[in-house]
Amino acid sequence: MDYENAEKILEVKHLKQYFNVGKADEVRAVDDISFDIYKGETFGLVGESGSGKTTTGRAIIHLYEPTSGEILFDGKNVDSFTSKKDQRDFRQEMQMIFQDPYASLNPRMKVKDIVAEGIDINNLAKDDADRTKQVEDLLETVGLNKDHSSRYPHEFSGGQRQRIGIARALAVNPKFVIADEPISALDVSIQAQVVNLMKQLQREQGLTYLFIAHDLSMVKYISDRIGVMHYGRMLEIADADEIYAHPLHDYTKSLLSAVPVPDPEFERTREEIAYDGSQENDGKERHLVEIAPRHWVRAAKDEIFMYKQRAQEASLIKE
Amino acid sequence: MDNEKDILEVRNLQVNFKTYAGDVKAIRNVSFDLRKGETLAIVGESGSGKSVTTRTIMGLNASNADITSGSIIYKGQDLLKKSEKEMQAIRGQDIAEIFQDPMTSLDPTMKIGRQIAEPLMVHKGMKKEKALAQALEMMKLVGITDAENRINDYPHQFSGGMRQRIVIAIALINYPEVLIADEPTTALDVTIQSQILHLMKELQDKISTSIIFITHDLGVVAGMADRVAVMYAGKIVEYGTVDEIFYNPKHPYTWGLLSSMPTLDSSGDSLPSIPGTPPDLLDPPTGDAFAARNAYALKIDTEQEPPFFKVSDTHYAATWLLHPDAPKVTPPAQIVERQEKYAKMQKAWLKTQQSTTPVEEEEEQQ
Repeated sequence: MDYENAEKILEVKHLKQYFNVGKADEVRAVDDISFDIYKGETFGLVGESGSGKTTTGRAIIHLYEPTSGEILFDGKNVDSFTSKKDQRDFRQEMQMIFQDPYASLNPRMKVKDIVAEGIDINNLAKDDADRTKQVEDLLETVGLNKDHSSRYPHEFSGGQRQRIGIARALAVNPKFVIADEPISALDVSIQAQVVNLMKQLQREQGLTYLFIAHDLSMVKYISDRIGVMHYGRMLEIADADEIYAHPLHDYTKSLLSAVPVPDPEFERTREEIAYDGSQENDGKERHLVEIAPRHWVRAAKDEIFMYKQRAQEASLIKE
Repeated sequence: MDNEKDILEVRNLQVNFKTYAGDVKAIRNVSFDLRKGETLAIVGESGSGKSVTTRTIMGLNASNADITSGSIIYKGQDLLKKSEKEMQAIRGQDIAEIFQDPMTSLDPTMKIGRQIAEPLMVHKGMKKEKALAQALEMMKLVGITDAENRINDYPHQFSGGMRQRIVIAIALINYPEVLIADEPTTALDVTIQSQILHLMKELQDKISTSIIFITHDLGVVAGMADRVAVMYAGKIVEYGTVDEIFYNPKHPYTWGLLSSMPTLDSSGDSLPSIPGTPPDLLDPPTGDAFAARNAYALKIDTEQEPPFFKVSDTHYAATWLLHPDAPKVTPPAQIVERQEKYAKMQKAWLKTQQSTTPVEEEEEQQ
């Protein structure tokens, strides 16, 4: 990615997404996070369950009313799309691929109708023949056969269903696709097929991805940049290779040290780093600070020096 | 192969499932041994028969399952010849299982102390108070914090990781000889996963249980297993020690599995992937079931099923590529790298052996 001339497609500014506001069981699922996504890149969002990564994705595609903060898509505030037409245009540009290929396809609809739903809603087909052709082209794009279009979802395997889900997302020619754990329900050998397909489509159609996952090695492989979330906060953002080679935040270090590696010798000598989450709740005010070029860490004022030192030790910045 | 250390011997197991469409040949002639105190990992994709194998051992198959041949010898007795009543005495006592999903494998209406104590009351006829006291000890052992106050809590009051600890406590309360762990950490986050795996290893050392570990995560296998069996389409296609399988794999399916997982240093435009999908076991193909997806397939693969070829005393693979007359092929780049690493490791190991005294070497050979 050439970030010098890159254009922002999405800006998230101080997004807060609380549930049950004002009640005893208020949940701060997303607590004041800010980040940008550039055109044509893949931004990976990682974190444990409950870290707020899925909520962030859902807030971006406007399935929730944010508690506070702004989400700008192509410079326009997502919240301002109040008319039916604006909302429809927005959904056409931003699409989602879901986690569970068994639950996200309507079992009573034929594949061609599932894929064409977006085409129908947005009136993208001139006539029936055009609709059929578009569906067949889409199925071919994702590696399925046009004969598959008159079948029902239960006739397909998990990997094939996920391809149908991808075809459905692509049907409306989106610019931006949110993929929420798109491969975690699939077998290892099929995961690689789907990831390769997503990468290929990105090259061919210039798509931008927000890739949400907990499988850290796959996220690193597909992403240009990665954001690490924990307790609803963004703790670190950096280039994928850099964050894996030189994590600066203690939580990122701990998370990476827990990833099992398919190498017995490595596993025998692996040392795990424990993380004490209480250090985040000491009352200090923390923000994302750019410690090294394009490497952001959530830090309090008196921690910046420590992180800068860490960055120096890793030769990310010069003294 | 009949080793005195074997605690469980599975021989020529065949299991079919009767369906309206015909018989699904889920397990097609599977044999393996489980040795005392070891962890044997069974890897493979969904539908390869890993779970059916262990469910057959536990006697928990669905009612349409038909075990057409084979034997499962545990302590000199064939488990397949036992009545349901006899199996009930073995399950949870000698052979226990940790199930995949901690959210659904606990009874939501029963206090967790009672659930952990239940196997003691059922199998050992223990009084409730005594069983609960032991359950409390077990809760501490598996690392449930504040166990005294939580023994009367219900499952929904615990997080996923804690629930899986409870499931482990239930499985281990009777110190089983054999523990079957079916994807025990798949539903958990990596940090919780590593805690649970640590716990399982620690407990294995303490009570010397033998573990059959089922998973599709090769990273987990690398850390947990002593030996590995790779299953494909209802058969074991390769087995060996964990080092042999990860550093010197011989079967093209194992190659595919190992290369399609990105490591933290893989990059490039596309991941090597195994094309296609597993065969339909209603009508398994003749010859090698993997042939259709195998870039290294030979003509004979579509005609005749490969037997096991011996690679070492502990390492066998069912692929025609190991036949003396087969053409020499170069495995994928990732696998070659692994083999090189292994060669280096062995050299280093030999060096340490040479530096020890000759007396010790003799003992080593015996």
